[in-house]
Amino acid sequence: MTKLDGSDADRDHSESLETPSEGAVDDPQATAVEREPLTFDREDIRAGLLTCLPVAIGVGGYGIAFGMLARQAGLSVAEATLMSATVIAGAAQIVAMELWTDPLPVAAIVLTTLAINLRYSLMGAALGPWFERLSPRQSYGSLLVMADENWALTMRELKSGSGRGAFLLGSGIAIWCCWVGATIIGATAGGVIGDPARYGIDFVLAAVFIALAVELWDGRSTLVPWLVALVTAIVAATFVPGRWYILLGGLAAAAVEVIRYDQ
Amino acid sequence: MISDGTLALDPLVVGVILAMTVVTVLTKVGGFWLLRRIEVSERLEAGLSVLPGAIVIAILGPELAAGGPAEWGAAGIVVLVMWRTENILLALCGGIGAVVLFRALG
Repeated sequence: MTKLDGSDADRDHSESLETPSEGAVDDPQATAVEREPLTFDREDIRAGLLTCLPVAIGVGGYGIAFGMLARQAGLSVAEATLMSATVIAGAAQIVAMELWTDPLPVAAIVLTTLAINLRYSLMGAALGPWFERLSPRQSYGSLLVMADENWALTMRELKSGSGRGAFLLGSGIAIWCCWVGATIIGATAGGVIGDPARYGIDFVLAAVFIALAVELWDGRSTLVPWLVALVTAIVAATFVPGRWYILLGGLAAAAVEVIRYDQ
Repeated sequence: MISDGTLALDPLVVGVILAMTVVTVLTKVGGFWLLRRIEVSERLEAGLSVLPGAIVIAILGPELAAGGPAEWGAAGIVVLVMWRTENILLALCGGIGAVVLFRALG
C-alpha cells in the first residue's frame, strides 16, 4: 500500500513522531487540514475490502464467540444471525447476551447498547473532514457498516492522503460478511458445546479488547487518559449499577484530555 | 411454528433486536450528522479522540479486576503476541489457549 505523505506537514501541536505503521489511528491534528480529492468508486471498495480481510477474519473469531453465547442465552440461530446482520456491533451484542435473561430486561439491553455504542458517534464525527465531501447517501450508507476495526483502518487510510472515500464501505462489507457468517457458524456449534469457560470462550471478549488496546496505544500521551479511564471505571463499577461505568470511564478520560489540551 | 431453536423468531426478541439496531444506527450516523451542524474545537476533538481507547480500558479494567491469575497471565500473553505480531487472530488464539492452560494448572 503506497502512502502519499505530502499533505500532513503542519501539525503544530503534537509531539508524536509517528511511524506510518502504528498509532495513526487518533491524531486529532491531522484531521482538519487535508483537502485532497476524494473518490468513491469500485476501486476504493476493493481496496477497503482486501485491506480489511485479515482483520475481518479476526472479527470472525469474535462472531463465533457471539454465536455460541447467543445460543446459550436462548436465542435461535435465526435470531442471532438477524442481530449480527442488523446491529453489527460486536461488543454491544456480546454484552447484551450477558444481560439476556427471562423475562427480557428490554430497557437495560437497549440503553446499554446505546451506552456502549455511543463511541460510534465520535468515530463517525472523526470521519467528518472527509465524509462531508461525499453525498449523504454515500456517507450515511458507509457509516451503517462502521465497526471499530474498519473505522481504525479507514482513519489510517484517509489520513495517509489516499482519498479513498469508499474505503469504509469496502472494509465494512468485509467485516459484515465475516461477522454474519461467523455468527451462523458459532450459533450452530453453540447448541452443541456445553460449558464455555472450559474452552476459554468466556475470555474472548476480554482478549479482543486487550488486542484492541494494544492497537490503540499511541505512545506516552495515551497513558494519562487511560489511567483516568481505568480508575474511574473500577470505582464506578462498584458504585454505579449496570454497565454505565464504561461510559463514565471514557467520558472522564475525555474530560481530562480536554482540560490538559494546552499543556 | 418451528421450535427446534434454529429458525424460531420470537416477536419480542425480534423487537429487541430492532430496538438495538435503531439506537446503534443513531450512534453510527448521529455524530457525523451533528458535526456538520456544529463547530467542534480542536480541544474538544482532542478529548473525543482518546475516547475509543479509554472506553476499551474502561471495559477491561473491572473485567480483569474480577478475574484471577489465569486471566491476568492470559491477558499478558495477548499483549505480548499482539505487540510482537500485530495479528489479532494469533493474539486471540494465544490468549484463549493460555487461559485454558492456566485454568487447568490453577
